[in-house]
Amino acid sequence: MIKVENLEKHFGTKRAVAGITFSLERGEILGFLGPNGAGKSTTMRMLTGFIPPTAGSITVGGHDMLENPIPAKKLIGYLPENAPSYTDMTVYGFLSFCAELRGLSGEARKKAVHRAIEMCFLEPVMHQSTDTLSKGYKHRTCLAQSILHDPDILVLDEPTDGLDPNQKHEARQLIRRMGEKKAIIFSTHILEEVDAVCTRAIIIDRGKIVANGTPADLRARSEIAGAVSLRVIGTAAEAVKSRLGLVTGAKRASIVKEEGAIVWARVYPEAHSQNGALARYVADTAVKESWKVEELHTEEGRLDEVFRHITWSETGKQEEKP
Amino acid sequence: MNDGARHIWTITKRELSGYFASPVAYVFIVIWLLLNGVLTFLLGGFFEQGQADLANTFFTWHPWLYLFLVPAAGMRLWAEERRLHTMELLLTMPITAWQAIVGKFLASWLFLIIALALTFPVVITVSALGNADGGAIFTGYVGSAMLSGSYLAITCMTSAMSRNQVISFILAVVICFLLILPGIPPVTDFLLSAFPEKVVRLINSFSVYWHFLGFQRGVLDSRDLIFFASVAVFALFSTSVIIRNLRAG
Repeated sequence: MIKVENLEKHFGTKRAVAGITFSLERGEILGFLGPNGAGKSTTMRMLTGFIPPTAGSITVGGHDMLENPIPAKKLIGYLPENAPSYTDMTVYGFLSFCAELRGLSGEARKKAVHRAIEMCFLEPVMHQSTDTLSKGYKHRTCLAQSILHDPDILVLDEPTDGLDPNQKHEARQLIRRMGEKKAIIFSTHILEEVDAVCTRAIIIDRGKIVANGTPADLRARSEIAGAVSLRVIGTAAEAVKSRLGLVTGAKRASIVKEEGAIVWARVYPEAHSQNGALARYVADTAVKESWKVEELHTEEGRLDEVFRHITWSETGKQEEKP
Repeated sequence: MNDGARHIWTITKRELSGYFASPVAYVFIVIWLLLNGVLTFLLGGFFEQGQADLANTFFTWHPWLYLFLVPAAGMRLWAEERRLHTMELLLTMPITAWQAIVGKFLASWLFLIIALALTFPVVITVSALGNADGGAIFTGYVGSAMLSGSYLAITCMTSAMSRNQVISFILAVVICFLLILPGIPPVTDFLLSAFPEKVVRLINSFSVYWHFLGFQRGVLDSRDLIFFASVAVFALFSTSVIIRNLRAG
C-alpha cells in the first residue's frame, strides 16, 4: 500500500531524513521508533504529502504522492503530531468539516461523523468547542478526523501522546482492531506500545533506518536475550558467579545485584539460539549445588535495551549497564 | 459543482461561520459602521455640502478605513493555521493549496462585503434627502468591494508570512499604505511640481486610491477593474508561493 524509496529531506544543511526505504502492506501495523529529532515526524509529513521530499519517491496505493497527490491523499487518514484542530469549532462541526473535505455529503457524512464519534468515545463532548477539551479528548477528536472516510492507510504521529493509561489502552485496542483491515504506520517512543500493538517495527536514528523487524526480532538483538536469570538465597555471590560460569553452554556469568542473603545472577549463553537449554543446565547445577533458588527464567530481551544500544552506538561510546 | 468548487465552498463556509462564531465579527461590523457614520456625517460634511452625493462624503474614506479594518479582519487567515498547526491537517486533505487559499480569501471577502452592505442606511438617507445618482452609488459600492478585495489579498499574503497575527497586521497595513500613497492629492501635487504630467499619471496608476476615484464618480472602467483584480491575483499567487516554501522547508 505504501512504498517509500530513498526518501531524503534536507532543511538547509541539516539532513533530517537521510535515505529511508520501506514498504507497508494491508494488515500490517508498523511502529516507527526513534529518539526525538530522529526524523519520524518529517518522514510522516512527507508520506502524507504535507512537505515535499528533497529526494526519493513515495507511492501510496499505486499513486505517486508527488505527481498525483489528490488520489494518494484520499487513501490516507492522518493524525498529525500534537493533534491540531480548529479551536473555534465544536467537535461535531470540526468532524463534519473534515468529512466534507473528504468528499462525503448528506447522509453519508452524518453517518461517517457519528461512526467516528462512537469509535473514539466522543459522545460526551460532541457539542463542545474543541478549545475547551482536555488533552485526551483533543487527541481523540483529531484521531476521529483521521478515520472519518474509513481510509485504507492510517498515518498516526504519536497517537497515544498525552493520554492517560486507560485512554492509551483504548487507543491501542482501536489501532489493533483497525490494523486487521488497514495498513497502519504510527510513531511512538513508548516501547511497550510496540509490543502491544505492532506487527513490525522500524527504528530510525538521525534520519536513517537502523533496525527493521518484528518486535520479537528486535528483542532478540538485545544483549540479554537468551540469558538465564536466577535468584538464589543463602549462598555467597562469588560462589554463585564462579560456579555459573562453568555451566555447559554458558559464556559468562554476572551478579546483577545483591541484597543481604539474596543474590540475583545472570548467565549469558555462548550462542543465542539455545531454546531454554541453558535454563535446564542452570537448574541442574543449582540442584547439584543445593542452592535455594527462588526464581529462574530465560530473558526474552528488552526492547528498551535494544533501542538504547542501537541509537547510542551511532552517536557515542556510552556503555550499557549490565 | 465540480470537486474544486465544492472544496472551495466547504472552506469558505467554515471560515465565514468562524467569523460569526466569535464576537469579534460583530465588534468589527459595529466599529466599521460607527466610523463610517462619524466620518460621513461629521467630518465629511454630508449635510453642509447640500448635495445628494456619496463620493466625497462616504466612499472617499474607504481607502483609509479599510487600511486598518481589512488587515484586522484577514490577519488570522493563515497565521492562525500556522500557529495551531491546522495547516498540516488542511493541506493533507485531498485538496490543493489553491483551493484552500481561494476558499479562505472568499470567506473574508464575503464578510467584508456583508459589512459594506450594512451601510445601506446611508443610501436610504441620501435618496430621501435629494435626487441621488443611483449609478454612481452602485459603482461606488462595486469599487469599494474591489478595494477591500485587493487589501484582503495582500493581508492573506502577509498572514502566510508569519504565525504572529500582529506582524501580519502591521505588514499588511504598510503594504496597503504604500499602495494608496502614489495616488493621494498631496503626493500628486508634489510630484506634479517635479515631473511632467505623463510621468505623474503613470505613478498615480499604481495607486489603489487613484483607481478607486473612477468608481466614486460613477465610471466603471475596465482598467480600474483589471487593476484591482490583478493586485488581488498577484497577492494570492504570492500567498501560494509562500505556503509552498513553508512546506518545502
